[in-house]
Amino acid sequence: MTTTKELICISCPMGCHLKVTVDGEDIQVEGNTCKNGITYGIEEVTNPKRIIPTTVIVENGKLPRLPVKTSEAVPKELIFDIMNEVNKVKVKAPVKMGDIIVENILGTGANIIATRSMESL
Amino acid sequence: MNKVYDTVVLGGGPAGLAAAVEAKKAGAQDVLILERDRELGGILNQCIHNGFGLHTFNEQLTGPEYAERFIDMVKDLNIPYELDTMVLDLEDKGEVKRIHTINEEDGYNIIDTKSVILTMGCRERTSGAIGIPGYRPAGIFTAGTAQRYINMEGYMAGKKVVILGSGDIGLIMARRMTLEGAEVEAVCEIMPYSNGLTRNIVQCLDDYDIPLKLSHTITFIHGKDRIEGVTIQKVDEKLQPIAGTEEYIPCDTLLLSVGLIPENEISRKAGVEIDKRTNGPVVSELRETSIPGVFAAGNVVQVHDLVDFVSEEAGLAGKGAAKFIQNNLSDNISFTTETDNNLSYVIPQEIALDNVEDAVTFYMRVRNVAENKVINAYFGDKKIATKRGRKFVPAEMINFKIPKSKLEGYEGKLRFVLEDK
Amino acid sequence: MFDIAIIGAGVAGSYIARECSRYQFKVALIDGESDVGNQISMANSAIVHAGFDAPSNKLKGKFNAAGCIMYGKVCEDLDVPFNRCGSLVVAHDEFEMLKLHELYKNGLQNGVPGMQILFQKEVHEMEENLADDICGALYAPDAGVVSPFELVVKLAENAVDNGVELFLDTVITDIENKEDYFLLKSNNQEFKAKIVINAAGIYADDVYEMVGDPYFELLARKGQYFIFDKEVGDLVNTVIFPCPSEKGKGILVAPTVHGNLLIGPDANPTEKGDISTTQNELNNIKITAAKNVPVIKENFGKIIRNYAGTRNTPIKAEFTTTDGDFIIEESPVKKFVNVAGYESPGLTSIPAVSFYVLNEIILPICRRENIEIKENPNFNPKNKKHIYFNDLSSEEKQELIKENPKYGKVICRCETITEGEIIDTIHRSAGAKSVKGVKKRCRAGMGRCQGGFCSPRVVEILSRELDIPMDEVSYDKKKKSYILNGKTKVVDSNE
Repeated sequence: MTTTKELICISCPMGCHLKVTVDGEDIQVEGNTCKNGITYGIEEVTNPKRIIPTTVIVENGKLPRLPVKTSEAVPKELIFDIMNEVNKVKVKAPVKMGDIIVENILGTGANIIATRSMESL
Repeated sequence: MNKVYDTVVLGGGPAGLAAAVEAKKAGAQDVLILERDRELGGILNQCIHNGFGLHTFNEQLTGPEYAERFIDMVKDLNIPYELDTMVLDLEDKGEVKRIHTINEEDGYNIIDTKSVILTMGCRERTSGAIGIPGYRPAGIFTAGTAQRYINMEGYMAGKKVVILGSGDIGLIMARRMTLEGAEVEAVCEIMPYSNGLTRNIVQCLDDYDIPLKLSHTITFIHGKDRIEGVTIQKVDEKLQPIAGTEEYIPCDTLLLSVGLIPENEISRKAGVEIDKRTNGPVVSELRETSIPGVFAAGNVVQVHDLVDFVSEEAGLAGKGAAKFIQNNLSDNISFTTETDNNLSYVIPQEIALDNVEDAVTFYMRVRNVAENKVINAYFGDKKIATKRGRKFVPAEMINFKIPKSKLEGYEGKLRFVLEDK
Repeated sequence: MFDIAIIGAGVAGSYIARECSRYQFKVALIDGESDVGNQISMANSAIVHAGFDAPSNKLKGKFNAAGCIMYGKVCEDLDVPFNRCGSLVVAHDEFEMLKLHELYKNGLQNGVPGMQILFQKEVHEMEENLADDICGALYAPDAGVVSPFELVVKLAENAVDNGVELFLDTVITDIENKEDYFLLKSNNQEFKAKIVINAAGIYADDVYEMVGDPYFELLARKGQYFIFDKEVGDLVNTVIFPCPSEKGKGILVAPTVHGNLLIGPDANPTEKGDISTTQNELNNIKITAAKNVPVIKENFGKIIRNYAGTRNTPIKAEFTTTDGDFIIEESPVKKFVNVAGYESPGLTSIPAVSFYVLNEIILPICRRENIEIKENPNFNPKNKKHIYFNDLSSEEKQELIKENPKYGKVICRCETITEGEIIDTIHRSAGAKSVKGVKKRCRAGMGRCQGGFCSPRVVEILSRELDIPMDEVSYDKKKKSYILNGKTKVVDSNE
């Protein structure tokens, strides 16, 4: 059975309108401008993924919160589970941008990494 | 006090950082950044979401990451900066520009410089400015204020949220508040189309089943102490509320994402000519304002939707300032620009081709959604270039690059017109 | 036991309290709100009227012109921004010109100084943005504009500095007349007082009902307003009134004392406590204001705020609703004084009214009831000077920052308000306890961004200076108008 899905690519701000046709194992993507669109289209109908940007508690830092993100896109359905995990994390300043805050979060293979450096007080 | 800087940059946000870096690279020796907040990076520090830097760095960065890369460049180039420093006044003294600042450490200070780059950014439109009737309780935040509380200070603004306006900050905050455990009841947009990037509607609203109510606005704010709810109403083509479509949505928080306004109080006081359409200075190809030696870039000139273009524009201003102090900046205006009524503005407004290396990028926006259209550039009747696109929407700034070779040999006005394909 | 309890810390209650502090009375100033001057005293036209339209046979006529004359000294003593910018009542036709002459005559009777009838050319020379069809105006040079919220704050501050005790968040729920004294019950404590002054604004009739048989009723009449950005604050230099009608003074266009432009108010009956703005009425105000100052139409984009306040119009057997007068008297209940129905020109009249209440009502009661009258030898009519950083010269700024570096940190960018000024307003007597309290006292958040940038900083400063957690800082009313809703990240620690 062939199904067709209309999607908007979120790989970049262009927002290409994709037409993804799924025919069993065969997935065709149309409407993309670059190859990221194909990857996004296929993933979105098989295993949609997102990068999660959020914060964690940081102690002894210039600010009380440290911005973090998943080092790569993680399965969409795990977003809230990952948020729950991340909400429990507490780090201590100083932190450097790119530092791994949580390794392999929920077995997704993605790390939670710091997205800024934070000096200690 | 007798020291005269080459270039002083007013504002250490994305535009200021890029402008300072470029000015220094292009030959300005004594560069100084003045920042009113407690750290460099400006609004990027609170924009913890990803999606920055695709054009500049070819990767998807978050706001703080993007900022930190530029801050590192500033530090590598040994460009000094003063934090927690407020510029009170900018005076054009001819040869030098005089900047009046205050901060806690040095008190009242006067800084003289040969050139200035204005990079103060913009501010958000408020509930007062859009005049929503009803009460004036606590719990009404501009999206950016709520973003700062949540992302930087670690405080929740509320638990049950309605968002007015579908600008990008509003969309981003819908997701952000959802992730932090709030319920976002609806995003209302008075226009029949969203003002944010499509990708943000997908990944911030659709992903979380947050309804986007187009052609809807808030017509009453309820609650005397803390907001208790809003009345929303559908609007007609003239954007007037339609009687009988009232719907009450209980909420404890209202976020506003209803537009940004360039912050040009210092520019105005200094006598910089302001374009009524952009609310920003009239600028040249290298972003020189009407005052020689005073440059401007970023959201102070025009509200951008991508930081990458802010950096690009700031790079031009940095280059311009460096050329100016090296007496290398031509003031020989080749032509000016204008648009038809379907386009709301064009930047830059003046071009001295002598200062252009290989091309000029013109920035503009359409007033309404335009499908199957092109933008043509004319000198008189002569069409010199065409910009194609699948669809032009007001939310997305159009950049129209025209090679220098095509612009040479004309004078008068370069006119941009939206026409059928 | 208090000698005097004053219910209501609006402009009337606060002023009377401050006048009472000239004597060694034990005075309680009580208000249900979390700040002084939080109702009609902060949401009004901010005009000091010259006094030509108040009927000369009424208390309004008796006190208006006198109050206006007293304003200069009072504002100087209390350090309140006041600008005697003058006012124009404009006429569009001969009928209205006749009306101006009536006002002029009435003004003479009320003792209004310096009035002039101006003709077309003179009016337009004076105000270049007036409508072309305006053919004349009544000019009253003594009229002015004041910062009403700062006035109340400074009155309360001065009262407290001179010994008055201020009780906020205290709603009077019942009053028992114990003959020797009144027992005032509230949501948090009881007060015993020999004399009660009822200055409870729109609720003065309800308060009176707690002790006596109602003989007046108050009707809330809502007025709505717009404030414009300072960029267009100079569209007019004087207060521009239309010709008055039976509905009142009409929709005016005025500069504010801080350089903004204000238009409004209309007048529509409503329920007590309703200070909401409404679309139709707001639209109407825009249209009506533009009739006298057409250029306003091009500047609606410069509006930074709308607001509404309710006048408390007295209804008494002998009054019609529009022909009412202040009710300022010892009521049928002895030692219980009403200062009620205190609508326009109440703000203007208050210096004269307070003098009258003290000398013609309170002191005679004291003499009659053997309550000791002793002058307060330490009474100081002046407040500690308020530093408006932005108004200082660069040398003065330099000096000040050296003395206190907090003045070197600008918190509110739009109005250039420094941390030093904010801290000062928090620690003064009757000081700021909320974001709105700070805004009223030193204008942080009053500018074009309406607190977008500075409110997080102001919350932080309030939290630090009052030693309360960030999420306990309120916008206005304690707890009820909370700003922050706890912290992000729910973790089982004390973070």
